[in-house]
Amino acid sequence: MKRIKTIETRNLKDSIKNGGCGECQTSCQSACKTSCGVANQKCEKAE
Amino acid sequence: MIHQYKLNGYDIVLDVNSGSVHCVDDVAYDIIRFFCEGALSREETAARVMEKYNVTKADVEEVFDDIDQLQKDGKLFTEDIYEPRAFDLKNRHTEIKALCLHVAHTCNLSCDYCFASQGKFHGERALMSLETGKRALDFLVENSGDRVNLEVDFFGGEPLMNWDVVKGIVEYGRKIEKEAGKNFRFTLTTNGVGIDNDVIEFANREMHNVVLSLDGRREVHDRLRRTADGRGSYDIIVPKFRKLVEARGGKDYYMRGTFTHNNIDFTEDIFHMADLGFDQLSMEPVVCSPDDPYALTEEDLPEIEHQYEILAEDMLRREKEGHPITFYHYMIDLTGGPCIYKRISGCGSGTEYFAVTPWGDLYPCHQFVGEEKFRMGDIWKGVTNEPLRDDFKLCNVYAREECRECWARLYCSGGCAANAYHGTGSIKGIYEYGCQLFRKRIECAVMMKVAEIYGEENEDQ
Repeated sequence: MKRIKTIETRNLKDSIKNGGCGECQTSCQSACKTSCGVANQKCEKAE
Repeated sequence: MIHQYKLNGYDIVLDVNSGSVHCVDDVAYDIIRFFCEGALSREETAARVMEKYNVTKADVEEVFDDIDQLQKDGKLFTEDIYEPRAFDLKNRHTEIKALCLHVAHTCNLSCDYCFASQGKFHGERALMSLETGKRALDFLVENSGDRVNLEVDFFGGEPLMNWDVVKGIVEYGRKIEKEAGKNFRFTLTTNGVGIDNDVIEFANREMHNVVLSLDGRREVHDRLRRTADGRGSYDIIVPKFRKLVEARGGKDYYMRGTFTHNNIDFTEDIFHMADLGFDQLSMEPVVCSPDDPYALTEEDLPEIEHQYEILAEDMLRREKEGHPITFYHYMIDLTGGPCIYKRISGCGSGTEYFAVTPWGDLYPCHQFVGEEKFRMGDIWKGVTNEPLRDDFKLCNVYAREECRECWARLYCSGGCAANAYHGTGSIKGIYEYGCQLFRKRIECAVMMKVAEIYGEENEDQ
């Protein structure tokens, strides 16, 4: 595609099937303590 | 749902529900925008674009074809099919996997903006006993089901004011984890005043992460982070932090600052930390009453957003020059990041994550400690306030109307219940100020990923 470049990302729809193990870190537990975000969380399963 | 924006010379299109990220040119950007608005036919869209840009009908049709293909591949204009799953994770997994141990409700600093009210959390000064700390770990193991990784954060107040108990709790954890088939990940959050060689040696051996509170430049830090007799703490702690980090041997740590209305040029403070040799950095907007003199204001917002852009651009420069820094909110993992369950199920406070007071009481998270109506039980009897736990179970991306319309919802998972409560009186409210900053940070973080992949290419053109 000339004018649209797609970055490789995790397919969220597919993760319905293989996600949800719950081993990942609690969202607020590390550095922030005053806000909430999951974008910077690692998937423990993918490691 | 689509979110598109231009930043640092990149045209970026996010397909919210699939998580896809597209880097496009101006022509495709406008075409996608027209498609989203839905007011023009394809013919009319083509005419508009051809009028604005030097492109042929064939060029435009090629973009139409590409968009159709991406839609077919589930990477553009995808639907939100996740809502029925929003309650799955919390219902399937009712185990507890993280505790924030308030080992010391007292502090050797007296920071103006402390949400813990100088460590006391609006109550009496107190230290957790070793017996209570051990029981907290037993409680966590007993309630963790099949979870292997259990997180325990030593928090306060200032946890180093109860250091022997911290060490005792860790030693107890190491003793029980193997037999229980668990892996404790300990974190220490400290203001640094009490760091000595023993703390450095023990923390660097046992703590999965250490969070070190530093607000940046000396004058900024010392203005609000003072000792009880009013002296600044910068000169006391910086040498100790440097020593600890140097000896850490590459393990995780964060320099964690708070910025306020007094320093909305907070990137200078982040850069100052980098100049001191620290490279894992975090800087949070202050959480306080709007009446406080250092509270962030509506007027501050444009400058804060601008500062986030400066930071992102500078981080790209540093990376290129071979001395990168990481910023907590810009660490976004597009390929190995969280699954959809994690993204829609909220932060976990009051369900899988609890704060434990020095007396062993349970609260949904550290920010609720001291609010009596949020007491959920204790580490001996467990969670006894079931209705409150059910309320927290319902906190997810779909609990708030505003989130349904927000493109960033799958990056934030519905926001912070404590900020919502303190801002609106309800854990299902919206702390819009925080949301605006969050959205800006995600735009910057995604832009950086795009720049890392396509930056060289752009420079070649």
